[in-house]
Amino acid sequence: MTFINYASREINCKIVYYGPGLCGKTTNIQWIFEQANPEKRGKLVSLATETDRTLFFDFLPLDMGTVKGFKVRFHLYTVPGQVFYDASRKLILRGCDGMIFVADSQRPRMEANIESIANLATNLKENGFDIRSIPYVLQLNKRDMPSAATVEEMEHLLRFRNEPMIEAVANRGTGVIETLKACARQILMELQKS
Amino acid sequence: MAKVDLVMFEEEYKQLQEIISRLQADSSSKVVFLVDKNGQQIAAAGDVRSIDATSLASLTAGNVAATDGLAKLIGEKEFTLLFHEGEKDNLHISIVGKRGILVVIFDMNSSLALVRLRVKKTSRDLQEIFEKVEQRAQNVVGDASFESPFSEITDEDIDKLFGD
Repeated sequence: MTFINYASREINCKIVYYGPGLCGKTTNIQWIFEQANPEKRGKLVSLATETDRTLFFDFLPLDMGTVKGFKVRFHLYTVPGQVFYDASRKLILRGCDGMIFVADSQRPRMEANIESIANLATNLKENGFDIRSIPYVLQLNKRDMPSAATVEEMEHLLRFRNEPMIEAVANRGTGVIETLKACARQILMELQKS
Repeated sequence: MAKVDLVMFEEEYKQLQEIISRLQADSSSKVVFLVDKNGQQIAAAGDVRSIDATSLASLTAGNVAATDGLAKLIGEKEFTLLFHEGEKDNLHISIVGKRGILVVIFDMNSSLALVRLRVKKTSRDLQEIFEKVEQRAQNVVGDASFESPFSEITDEDIDKLFGD
């Protein structure tokens, strides 16, 4: 749900990173945090376990500049990827404007990717969204891993609506901004339509 | 399609701001925030510079959402009030209508009883404004003469945001 404030001339959008455990959702937003101009970024809030696994969510507010005289602010969230945190994942999707699915390119994780997309579809539906129409980007992360599946294989298994598909190595920053931009573009174009 | 269902105009924004400023003064609290259930800050009053308001809004919404989940687990519709007691400062969080969360931060200069009393009255006033906001958003959707400033967003506008 985009929040448009005509009084303060601001647009706030919520983008959620989704995907199976250890696929690199937190790494994506950590990289954005490290690269962003300190004046344009807020605090990176991580609700994580002692072993640095996401427990509830990570959150990063980003000021992006202005569009048509309105300040654009993105609120980036990640969900906890581990299967048993499903109740928490569902809550974080509330009011989201766009989704980034971070897929793990390693072959042994392909089943987990497929299950996580199915889980995303169910949880979006419970929040009143349709995975086939919400702004959505597929990121193929960990392209540098020796056991990575080919892009064609992953496309065949995971891409279902001609969504933007971006190759990435999030811990080096490759593809991270392109992914965010692809999602932002869809959200802002939706604003145009509505 | 993304749901654009919170649109705040100057008039209602001013009214919300006035109401929470009054609450902050009447309850002798330090800061009052009004946030949306999705974690967006709507308005604030008091010594707001002492607090990271964006993180506070997001964490409050997460807290309320988790508590909401707990309520449903035990068969309750929702818990309308959360109270966190600290050594010096306390946090009073309450649900306003369908979409608002009112956060009051107070210390020993006030009391839980006073905050609860003032919040109760304020919640009713805020709810009225929220209803007006919703009504207005619906009217705007149906009003052909209203032109959204975003109807002409271009690819270049978006590239500019990313510094291309």
